[in-house]
Amino acid sequence: MNYDQARWTDDDERYEPLLSEKHTDEADLDDAPLPDELTRDALELPDLSEPELARHYTRLSEMNYGVDSGPYPLGSCTMKYNPKFTEDVAVLDAAAVHPDRSPESVQGTLELLYDLQDYLGRIGGMDAVTLQPPAGAAGEFTGVLVAKAYHEHNGDERSEIIIPESAHGTNFASAALAGFDVVSLPGGDDGRVDLEALEAALSDETALLMLTNPNTLGLFERDIEEIAEMVHDAGGLLYYDGANLNALLGRARPGDMGFDIMHYNVHKTFATPHGGGGPGAGPVGVVDELAPFLPKPQIVQTAEGRYDFFDPEHSIGKVHGYLGNWLVLVKAYAYIARLGDPGLSDASAKAVLNANYLASQIEYEVPYGPFHHEFVASAGEQDAADVAKRMLDYGVHPPTTKWPEIVGEALMTEPTEIENRKTLDQLAHAFNAVAGEDDEALAAAPERTTARRIDQTAAARDLRLSWQSLDGE
Amino acid sequence: MSGDHTPAGSPFAPHTAADTEAMLDAVGVDSEAELFDIPDGVGFDGEFGIEPRSERAIRAEVERTLERNDDLVELLGRGHYSHYVPSLVDHLSLRSEFLTSYTQYQPEVTQGFLQALFEYQSLLVELTGLGVANCSMYDAATALGEAATLADRLRQTSGARVLVPEQLAEGRREVLANYVGGTDLTVEEYPMDDGNVDVEALGNALDESAVMVYAENPTVRGCVEESLDAIGDLAHDNEALFCLGSDPVSLALLQEPASVGADVVVGAADVLGLPTSYGMGLGLFATREEYVRQVPGRLVGASTDDTGRRAYTLTLQTREQHIRRERATSNICTNQAWVALRAAIHAASLGPDGLADLAKESVTDAQELANRVTEVVGVKAPVHDRHHVREFVAHTDQPAPAVASDLEDEGYAVHVLGEHHVQLNANALPESEVDGFVDALTEVAR
Repeated sequence: MNYDQARWTDDDERYEPLLSEKHTDEADLDDAPLPDELTRDALELPDLSEPELARHYTRLSEMNYGVDSGPYPLGSCTMKYNPKFTEDVAVLDAAAVHPDRSPESVQGTLELLYDLQDYLGRIGGMDAVTLQPPAGAAGEFTGVLVAKAYHEHNGDERSEIIIPESAHGTNFASAALAGFDVVSLPGGDDGRVDLEALEAALSDETALLMLTNPNTLGLFERDIEEIAEMVHDAGGLLYYDGANLNALLGRARPGDMGFDIMHYNVHKTFATPHGGGGPGAGPVGVVDELAPFLPKPQIVQTAEGRYDFFDPEHSIGKVHGYLGNWLVLVKAYAYIARLGDPGLSDASAKAVLNANYLASQIEYEVPYGPFHHEFVASAGEQDAADVAKRMLDYGVHPPTTKWPEIVGEALMTEPTEIENRKTLDQLAHAFNAVAGEDDEALAAAPERTTARRIDQTAAARDLRLSWQSLDGE
Repeated sequence: MSGDHTPAGSPFAPHTAADTEAMLDAVGVDSEAELFDIPDGVGFDGEFGIEPRSERAIRAEVERTLERNDDLVELLGRGHYSHYVPSLVDHLSLRSEFLTSYTQYQPEVTQGFLQALFEYQSLLVELTGLGVANCSMYDAATALGEAATLADRLRQTSGARVLVPEQLAEGRREVLANYVGGTDLTVEEYPMDDGNVDVEALGNALDESAVMVYAENPTVRGCVEESLDAIGDLAHDNEALFCLGSDPVSLALLQEPASVGADVVVGAADVLGLPTSYGMGLGLFATREEYVRQVPGRLVGASTDDTGRRAYTLTLQTREQHIRRERATSNICTNQAWVALRAAIHAASLGPDGLADLAKESVTDAQELANRVTEVVGVKAPVHDRHHVREFVAHTDQPAPAVASDLEDEGYAVHVLGEHHVQLNANALPESEVDGFVDALTEVAR
C-alpha cells in the first residue's frame, strides 16, 4: 500500500497558516448596549469569509488521519468503524431539546435513554444503569464515588483501591480524585492477576478492586470467579473497567463474573466516533444493592408507561451538569439496535479472530497469550516510539506504544473486527517491514505524513499554547 | 450488508466465509469459539433479547420516539441556548478525518486536528485575556470542579474553603461537591444582593482559609456582575484564587476576565457550535500562564518538525493521567475535542463583529422581552434592577409553578425559580414567537 498524507504549506516557515495569520480584525464595540465600565476595551479575532473558512478546515481535515482514512489499531482504545447513519439519527431535529424541560414534555428523549439503559444493563449483566458520566474516566469516578457512598452508608469507611499495575492511568487518577489511596497490584508471570499478590493487597481498608477483563495485554482473567470471591470476602467491591468490553460482547458479562460496578465506553464498544479525543460517554452499571447510590436523577418508567425522573435514595449527586453527552448516547443506541444479538456476538468473534490472526503474522515477539481483542508485541531492540513513527509511512496508524510497561518497548495492537484479511496482511507487512529496518531509517521517519518528526521536547520547554504566543513568527 | 437489511452478524465486520476459514487455519483453531479463553462458569450465550434492525427501521423508530417530545418554544437558558449554528459548522466538523480520529498521540499524522484545537485555545485566550486555555473539559460544571482541585493544588495556606454564590445552577453546585469530595476542601455559599454578589457579605466571609472564590458574569439569573474588580481584590487580599464563570458569547462584550483579576475562567463553551442537545456540553477552562503545569486536561502547543516548519503537538503530557497516574492533575482522558472544533468553526464563521453582535443582541433581546412582559397584568420584570444578558427573572402574581404549567400547555417552556418567580430567555427567538409568548403569558398570568 502506498500512502502520502496531504501537506498544505504556506512557505518554508509553516504548513497551513493559522486563522489569525490569514486575516484578523477588531470588533466594533462602540454601540454596546451596556455602560463602558462593564464592557471590554477591544476584541481582535480572525475575520474570514465562508469560502476561506471552508478551505481552511477542509485542508486541516486532509491533514488528519481518522478511522475512515485507514487502519487504526490503537490498543486499548478500540478504534472501529463509525457507521454513517448514526450521525443522521443523532441530528434529528427533535433531539435538540433544552435540558431543563419538564420530563412530561420530553417523553421521547427519556424513552430513548431508558431503552439504552435497558440495553446496556442486559449487555453488562447489570441491574441499574446511569447514562450521566460524559466519558469513561468520568464513569470510573462515578463508580468509585458509588462504592465510597455504599461503604460509608454501611458505616464501613475504607481508604484503599487496588489497581493492577498494567491498568489504564485513568483508574489511578479517578481513585485519587475521589480521595482514595491506590494500592498497585503487581502482575503475575502469566500477565494476569497474581492471586497471592491480591491476597496480600486485600485488607479491611479495601474499598474496591478495579479490573479490566480481558486485561490490557488482551488476556482473560481466568481466575475471575476466585478473584471476585476474594474481594467480596474482604468486604470490598469489584469494579469493571469497560475499555475492553468489545472482546466480550455476547460471550461473557461482567455481572455474571461477579463485578458489582462497571462503566461502558460507548465511544469504543459501541462505535460512536471519538471526534479527535471526544466527546464520549461512560454510562455506569451496578448491581441492585448499589442502585440507591447512583447519580441523580435516574429515569423510571411508570405503570402507565410514562417516563419520569427520580432521585435514588442515597444518590451521590451529580457528575455532570445535566444528563451527560446526549448525542453520543443516541449514536450508541442506534449502533446497538443495528447489531442486535447476532451482531454484538459477531463483533467480538471477529475482533478476537483479527487480533489472533494479526499476532500470528507479525515477526515481533508477542509474549503471553492466548489473546482476546488485542495483543502486546515487543519491539525488542528497537524503540517502540520510532517503530510507530515509521509505521505511519506505510499508511497505517501505529499501535499504542510503550504501554503497558510489563512488555518492553510495547506495541499494543487492537485491529478490531472491522478490518478484512487483506488489510490485516497489509498491517502485518508494515510491522514486518519496520522490524527489518535499522535505527537510522527509523529515526528519519515519518516521511510521508503532513509533518515530519516533531520536536516534542521543545514544545514542552518553550511553551507556545496560543497564536498570541507566536507573535512575530 | 446494505443499510436496508437486518444483519445476520455484524454489518461492519467484512469477513468472507473463505477469509474466516483461512484466518482460523492460520491461527490454528477450528472455530471462533475456541479463541475465547473464558471459564465455563461465566460464559454467556449471546441472548440479550435485542433484535437487530435495518438502518431504515432504526431511523424511523428513533424519529417516531422523539416525536413524542412536545413541540415547545423554549424560553429556557441558564447556560444552554439555541443559537443558530451555520451549516458550515456541520459540514466541516463532520468531515470524517476529523470525526473518526482519536486523540492526537501521533502528531505528525494529526496536524489538522491539533491546529484546530490550537486555534480553539487561542480564541479563548483572546476572549478571557488569560494566557492558557486547555482544549476542553466536559461541561461548565466539571470545569468548575477542576478549578477547585486546581486551587487545592496551588494553595499556600492551610485553609480549605471554596466560596460560591448562593445563586448557582444545581448541576454546578452538585458536581463541584463531588470533585472536592476527595480533597479537604469544603464548599460554602456567600449571599447575593439583587442578582449581584453581596460584596460586603463576601468580604466578611473571607479570610485566609479560603482557597478559591467563584463568581459568575453573567450570573445564572442573567445579571451582569458589576463588582468584578472588588471581588477579585477580595480574593487576592486573602490569597485565594478568583475563578470566574463566564459565557464565551457574552465575553465578546463584557469585561475581559483577566482585566478584573480572574485567575481561572470556566464556563459553557457549547453556546458556540452546539445546539442545546439535552445538556451535552463543552467546558471552557482558562488560567494564568504561571499555573500551566497544574492545568487539568489536554494542551496543544506549537513546536517545529524536522523540516523546520511550525507544527503542533500535545504537550505537558506529564501532567496527565496516562503518565502521572494517581498524581495527575485530573483524571480526564476523553474530552470534548470535537465540540471544541465546532465551537472554533462557529466563532470563526461569526468573526469579530458577528460575535460582538451576538453578544449585543443577547443584551437587547433580554431588555426588549422584559419591557414586553412587564406590561402584562400580573407580571413584573426584571426582578433584579440590573443589566441583563440573555435572560432575567420575572415576578408573577399567580404562583409561578401554575404559570409555567399553563404556559407549557400553551406551548412555551420557562424556568420556575420560586413561588412567584420565573426565569425567561428570549435570545435568538423569532419575533413571532415572542409575540405568541406574550399573548400566552397575558392569558395565564392574570
